[in-house]
Amino acid sequence: MAPHIHSGDSIEKKMYGVLLALIPAFLVSLYVFGWGSLIVTAISVVSCLTFEYLIQKFLLKVKPSITDGSAILTGVLLAFNLPSNLPFWIIIIGAFVAIGVAKMSFGGLGNNPFNPALVGRVFLLISFPVQMTTWPLPGEHSYIDATTGATPLGMLHGHFGQLPDLSSMMLGTIGGSLGEVGAIALIFGGLYLLFKRIITWQIPVSILGTVFVFTLIMGLVSPDIYHIGLIKTACPAFHALTYALFHLLSGGLLLGAFFMATDYVTSPMNPRGQIIYGIGIGLITVLIRLFGSYPEGVSFAILIMNGVTPLINTYVKPKRFGEVKK
Amino acid sequence: MRTFSIGGIHPPGYKLSAGKPIQRAALPKQSVVLLNQQIGALAVPVVAKGDEVKTGQLIAKSGGFVSANIHAPVSGKISKIDLIPDTGGYKHKAIFIDVVDDVWVDTIDRSDVLIKDCNLDATAIVAKIAEAGIVGMGGAAFPTQVKLTPPHGKKVDVLIVNAVECEPYLTSDHQLMMEKGEEILIGTTILMKAIQAKRGVIGIENNKPDAIAHLKKLSAQYPGIEIIPLKVQYPQGGEKQLIEAIIGRQVPSGAFPIEVGAIVQNVATVFAVYEAVQKNKPLFERIITVTGKSVSRPGNYLTRIGTPLSDLMHEAGGLPEDAAKVIGGGPMMGKALVNLSVPVTKGCSGLLVLTEKETLRNEIKNCIRCTKCVRACPMGLEPYLFMTLIEHEEWGKLEKERIMDCIECGCCTYSCPSARPLLDYLKIGKSKVGEVIRTRKQ
Repeated sequence: MAPHIHSGDSIEKKMYGVLLALIPAFLVSLYVFGWGSLIVTAISVVSCLTFEYLIQKFLLKVKPSITDGSAILTGVLLAFNLPSNLPFWIIIIGAFVAIGVAKMSFGGLGNNPFNPALVGRVFLLISFPVQMTTWPLPGEHSYIDATTGATPLGMLHGHFGQLPDLSSMMLGTIGGSLGEVGAIALIFGGLYLLFKRIITWQIPVSILGTVFVFTLIMGLVSPDIYHIGLIKTACPAFHALTYALFHLLSGGLLLGAFFMATDYVTSPMNPRGQIIYGIGIGLITVLIRLFGSYPEGVSFAILIMNGVTPLINTYVKPKRFGEVKK
Repeated sequence: MRTFSIGGIHPPGYKLSAGKPIQRAALPKQSVVLLNQQIGALAVPVVAKGDEVKTGQLIAKSGGFVSANIHAPVSGKISKIDLIPDTGGYKHKAIFIDVVDDVWVDTIDRSDVLIKDCNLDATAIVAKIAEAGIVGMGGAAFPTQVKLTPPHGKKVDVLIVNAVECEPYLTSDHQLMMEKGEEILIGTTILMKAIQAKRGVIGIENNKPDAIAHLKKLSAQYPGIEIIPLKVQYPQGGEKQLIEAIIGRQVPSGAFPIEVGAIVQNVATVFAVYEAVQKNKPLFERIITVTGKSVSRPGNYLTRIGTPLSDLMHEAGGLPEDAAKVIGGGPMMGKALVNLSVPVTKGCSGLLVLTEKETLRNEIKNCIRCTKCVRACPMGLEPYLFMTLIEHEEWGKLEKERIMDCIECGCCTYSCPSARPLLDYLKIGKSKVGEVIRTRKQ
């Protein structure tokens, strides 16, 4: 039956497209953290593929679909959210939770309500708080005995240390999860996804816009919020702007906005809904960063809004053609 | 560049037969004229086995308010009135004519002389169109005189001529505009008079700049007619999309174009109107694009109704060896044909041969909720949701989510990366929900 032709698009094209867009950020992490990045990413990807294969083959008894690229992507995204010196067995547990619990128990690709990589990451953060927040310093290339330090958001939250300047944050020579540090590389990858129409602008723009506006306002109304590190000038507006940019470039915000929140399965089904979802993620992220007990909140914000997605899909409908106004 | 505001896709054009001059297809040995070739009631035969008929003679008359006259497309002898499978494989009644020579009824003006003036009034024009058995030639085959008779109290502001030809591969309308531009403009003027519209607009997709320039140049002599180029975007030629692109108003859900003061006619229909009104020629032949990547002589063939598609295929070099699927119409909305002995009907705009590579689909996978179908839908609907609701037989919810607004353009299925047969499901859902609505109304 009609139509008799097809665009040729496929799940594989989408998944491998996203993986391609992650390469620049991965190269930055190799440069900043060395072998640790490669080892953590490899363990994560291999574990995710293995769990997916085993569960599909022996538990669900269906044809394994590990070639569709989705398990590889989950593996890479999980690794990108981990410190580059995380012990291998913890990574394997994370991969099991991501694939086994968050993805396969709901019926596999397309049916999971929550982003698998983030479920894995948050599970590890709660279960292994020490290992998950021990960040190798930039330039410490060893996987086993790297010198560790705090992330910029950790410093801001704990009121200690000298915050890095914005240019090192752009380049990525800062502490953090292995895939979140290179802002320029992440933006470049995000633009590629937009250009290839793998993602659309609504989610990243609404998240980043909300975080920017919210932190700019906070910077203006309570200037002492950024009392350490950042260069002080006489102009309060410039201070607030620096503060807002610091929030945009720090933590997992860019990684989250371009690569995690845009996960097809767990985000809303039309442009209007996606904007609401993005604003929600932006607000929750800033609330956690400024008022929560964790220095960073992007993962939690995305997971919370994943949970709201079915509600958004029910009540927010696309713009219909010929809507009869009542 | 003007276009519609919601959704749409950009399939490759594949206009292989663009610029190919209109050629006359050879007459068949036997012509098979289906009685169900218009939407609505079957036409009723007015001839019997053994009768001699001339080309253009009435052989079946309109069977109701929504129906159309049918004329002999050839001259010869009626050999039988019998059942034959139509494009879908369902058997329908048809008149079989054994072709002898090609003798036309003498009322038809067969000269090439252009007749510009038309002194008939609106009622007489509509009567003449009905007499000539004209139906919508874009594919729907809806009787034209019915469309030209708006309900009481509705005023028509604009006649829109659909010359978009947004289906990939098809070029018959394009070539018609290049060769019969003046006739189309006269036809448009006649139709404007018939519905008392002051404004006439011919909408053409911007991938036919030669046709746009040609008609623009000619239209200077025809007051009230405007040529509007439209963005290349499928389904630009969808009736509701075209109206929005041209007058900026959306036809409300469940309503007809007349609600926003518009009537749309296909450009081939407009040409048929010219021939009927000015030349006394009933609709018994039309231009058909015969095309496909491996077809040796793709082209635009002026073909008599009732010619078996196999004859037409022969004109274009025969059925290629790697043919995997043969389509009546375009690749987005056309019908796969059961066999090539099916005869040409008034609504048949193309004969398209697809290769195996074009017809093969990936394995159907889970919906990954990528929103491609939602973003592609030109009606602002949610095809992925329809498919789930249809699987669960939730007819009530489907109606609420406005499944009946679906225009079956195929954008959703075309875009789906999981190769899900969305439109196949939607058609089932629509017929079920339609049934529910009809039962409730009774």
